[in-house]
Amino acid sequence: MKLAKKDILGIQEMTVDEINLILETAESFLEISTREIKKVPTLRGKSIINLFYEASTRTRTSFEIAGKRLSADTINISASTSSVVKGETLIDTARNLEAMNPDIIVLRHSAAGAPHLLASLVRQSIINAGDGAHEHPSQALLDMMTIREKKGRLAGLKVAIIGDILHSRVARSNIYGLSKMGAQVVVAGPATMMPRNIEQMGIKACTKLEDAITDADVVMMLRIQLEREKQNIFPSLREYARHYCLNRRNIKLAKPDAIVMHPGPMNRGVEISPDVADDPACSVILDQVNNGVAVRMALLYLLSGGNE
Amino acid sequence: MPEKKSPKVVMDSDGIERCLTRIAYEILEKNKGIHNLVLVGIRTGGIYLAERLQKKISAIENAKIPLGVLDITLYRDDITKTSKKAPLGKTKIPFDLEDKKVILVDDVLFTGRTIRAAMDALIDFGRPRMIQLAVLIDRGHRELPIRADYVGKNLPSSLWEAVSVNLLEKNGKDEVLIEEET
Repeated sequence: MKLAKKDILGIQEMTVDEINLILETAESFLEISTREIKKVPTLRGKSIINLFYEASTRTRTSFEIAGKRLSADTINISASTSSVVKGETLIDTARNLEAMNPDIIVLRHSAAGAPHLLASLVRQSIINAGDGAHEHPSQALLDMMTIREKKGRLAGLKVAIIGDILHSRVARSNIYGLSKMGAQVVVAGPATMMPRNIEQMGIKACTKLEDAITDADVVMMLRIQLEREKQNIFPSLREYARHYCLNRRNIKLAKPDAIVMHPGPMNRGVEISPDVADDPACSVILDQVNNGVAVRMALLYLLSGGNE
Repeated sequence: MPEKKSPKVVMDSDGIERCLTRIAYEILEKNKGIHNLVLVGIRTGGIYLAERLQKKISAIENAKIPLGVLDITLYRDDITKTSKKAPLGKTKIPFDLEDKKVILVDDVLFTGRTIRAAMDALIDFGRPRMIQLAVLIDRGHRELPIRADYVGKNLPSSLWEAVSVNLLEKNGKDEVLIEEET
């Protein structure tokens, strides 16, 4: 079994075997983060550039830590402190970075397809760390890893994804991934945040949160992008919270052993109430972050020729 | 095309058991008991041999010694070069290595590169008092200055021969085979 890929662009083009290989490799990497010396020499001499055109704490730090625990050199570039502010295009930036010979470029960009463009232009491996409203593959992989860790499987589980499905790359990657792995996905959100014909992705869609989370094994809440309030797609945060906030009361509709997930950053009291988010009995939000480092280590390792 | 010879059995189930029993006694003799002694098996063959040594030592001394598992894939010097590799396995060292006498266990000692990687990995977990090496088969052809403290059998081999250790736990049968590589 090998990962016959130069780039990690999305879950849509991944096979079930590839997803399993990544998740199994990631499970083996978990242990390294618990050591006193959290470092293995595997990617010594490799350089990884984190090229982030959008704000990020979790994903960027996670990729940076993953690279460092594998002994690679990681370099962070964020748009606000780079030549982007001087007007350099993405393609020119990439060509210049390519000339410095890194091994992997991790890209986050607000335009869907930006990583695909780079992948066709430069010889380095490209990892998509989120492209517009398109995909966020490493997030979906860490979500699947967390579900598998808690539930022992993915096939046959009911997973409810709640919130702004239209603008969410996390939702899109998870729908592709979970469906491939045999889980049943149900999404819910206001009609203005629901893509038309979403059922064509092979999932169920509801308008009410209650309908989606009933008997769910996993409830995944999405972040409401606060800037959307100005676009008039929902009347107010308060109104949104009244209908779509996961709280003590409505969580009872899900299975008694259901787990609650959130990709972060959370808007407490908007899409998730603090008592649910902080409840160790159901919330696995911080496990997601822990698994995120292991998944990203697995991606960097497999792209660098591990298990070739 | 010269005809390929069928694999030759160089050690059977009884032979393996006798070797391990002798090694268990040798470990106890050399270390004067089990004080601070721990076993670490190298994935995958070494794990089963380490488990068997643990049982034998427990039976002799009436006390269990700790057992760890090491996957050395991440410490290899050929990670991006070789074509065949086992998937990355889990490492479990559920005890502190500080000041311990570590018996590293593997099935076949060949170039010594696996042992080099294993020592690097162990040292990342702490500072053991000493590391000793136990192998079932030493087939020679070292590429690094490494030798075993306990050897089941010295098996002179040529470079175009393959030595495989089959164990009950993973292959359903205990035997050591030597054959010409295809």
